[in-house]
Amino acid sequence: MSFLSYMINGISLGSVYAIIALGYTMVYGIAKMLNFAHGDVIMVGGYAALTMLLNANASPLAAVLVSIVVCTVLGITIEAVAYRPLRAAASPLAVLITAIGVSYLLQNVVLLIFGSNPKNFQSVIPVPDLKLAGGALMITGETIVTIISCIVIMTVLTLFINRTRTGQAMQAVSEDKGAAQLMGINVNQTIALTFAIGSGLAAVAGVLLCSSYPSLSPYTGSMPGIKAFVAAVFGGIGSIPGAMIGGILLGVIEILAKAYISSQLADAIVFAVLIVVLLVKPTGLLGKQIQEKV
Amino acid sequence: MAMLEAKNLHVYYGVIQALKGISFEVNQGEVIALIGANGAGKTTTLHTLTGLLPAKQGHIIFEGKDITKVPAHKIVKMGIAHVPEGRRVFSQLSVYENLMMGAFTRKDKGEIAESLANVYKRFPRLEERKTQRAGTLSGGEQQMLAMGRALMSRPRIILMDEPSMGLSPIFVNEIFDIIKEVSESGTTVLLVEQNAKKALAIADRAYVLETGEISLEGRAEELLHNEAVQKAYLGE
Repeated sequence: MSFLSYMINGISLGSVYAIIALGYTMVYGIAKMLNFAHGDVIMVGGYAALTMLLNANASPLAAVLVSIVVCTVLGITIEAVAYRPLRAAASPLAVLITAIGVSYLLQNVVLLIFGSNPKNFQSVIPVPDLKLAGGALMITGETIVTIISCIVIMTVLTLFINRTRTGQAMQAVSEDKGAAQLMGINVNQTIALTFAIGSGLAAVAGVLLCSSYPSLSPYTGSMPGIKAFVAAVFGGIGSIPGAMIGGILLGVIEILAKAYISSQLADAIVFAVLIVVLLVKPTGLLGKQIQEKV
Repeated sequence: MAMLEAKNLHVYYGVIQALKGISFEVNQGEVIALIGANGAGKTTTLHTLTGLLPAKQGHIIFEGKDITKVPAHKIVKMGIAHVPEGRRVFSQLSVYENLMMGAFTRKDKGEIAESLANVYKRFPRLEERKTQRAGTLSGGEQQMLAMGRALMSRPRIILMDEPSMGLSPIFVNEIFDIIKEVSESGTTVLLVEQNAKKALAIADRAYVLETGEISLEGRAEELLHNEAVQKAYLGE
């Protein structure tokens, strides 16, 4: 029974990684850049929700919505101010280094405003825990909501990308910016929209993460951010189902490693698995084969 | 008045000057060929016309409007379609989805469906493969898709960059037949080609580009019989 409960916890943690990884993978797919500030957007989302809950006495739902709006605006702003001017830069390293800079900037701004003491995050999820098998297996409300959110987000996003005009335009931009422009697609707008979606999802991930692991500090976002990045690479960066599978596998591996091997070594094991996967399949599990036809 | 006019275009890649003040015009209903060797500036010219590259100097006038500074994504709506070199179809999207991308700026569903039917009529092969990913098509089919995609925007002028490149002789003939048909159905054509013989055979007038400058221009027939052109571009 404990194995089952570890699995469920793993899937739940993995669902959060998957939601964060979607942001990484979509931005990478379309702007061909690694947005290393993505993890810190999660943290900002957490603080936004917390502030609403504590200082504005908002309802949990309102707190989540405000958090989404804050992160979406933040994502669009970061893209427009920090990344867009560098898009034409000769070296792709320029934008990567800028992303790391933005990451530190966000951490330090939050540090200035809220201080370095971890804050206690009250779970915003009013769903009761589920007891199965006569109480032997308990699934928390947070776990249920996290997994359901992940499924819903994944479904909606997939439909959006494949069935709507805007989603198709995103795919076109991700493949060939020049050709997309010739179709009349505004590339800058499309990239901004991608950042908006990714950052909005980061807010959701932030609230879910803080609800399950209720401690929030300016550095809360960095480790989940890196793990989600690993998840995105693991699943094949640029691929949306890949982010999903990568995230969930990563969460399960992490929790099982913590349970059966060593909680100190869990992170090392996660990264070791990434290395093995990349050695065997450099494009990740669902990575696109790079094929060109002349 | 010319439909599309380039006036003294200067274009640079960094410090390297790719176009050194070229001027030409395309009149309504014409097929204009732009021929020249590799690196002469043919593709650069088309990219400048549709805003993918900025002109440092000079002007582009389309139907009386100065479009030099119009961003690339607004060009197609004005009635200019560009079939880029190397087709550049969206390989992960299906044939149908690629065609719909061509109609991205259009809103009227009924008219779009009509254009789609026309494209399928002109390229029956695309209809047969409409659910297939574009990346799985052969080179010739991808070229047809790129042309069909451009036609989906219902352009008044279509710019084609090396449509015959890398195709088997059968496909080359087919592609040139289609260009002729497109022209006969009332769309103006600006054609960039290395296959000068074929291009001159279907063009009304032509310009010869040489290292960023126009070295020769005239009626296509005359250029076909011009000794210098024959030597340099027709391999005779």
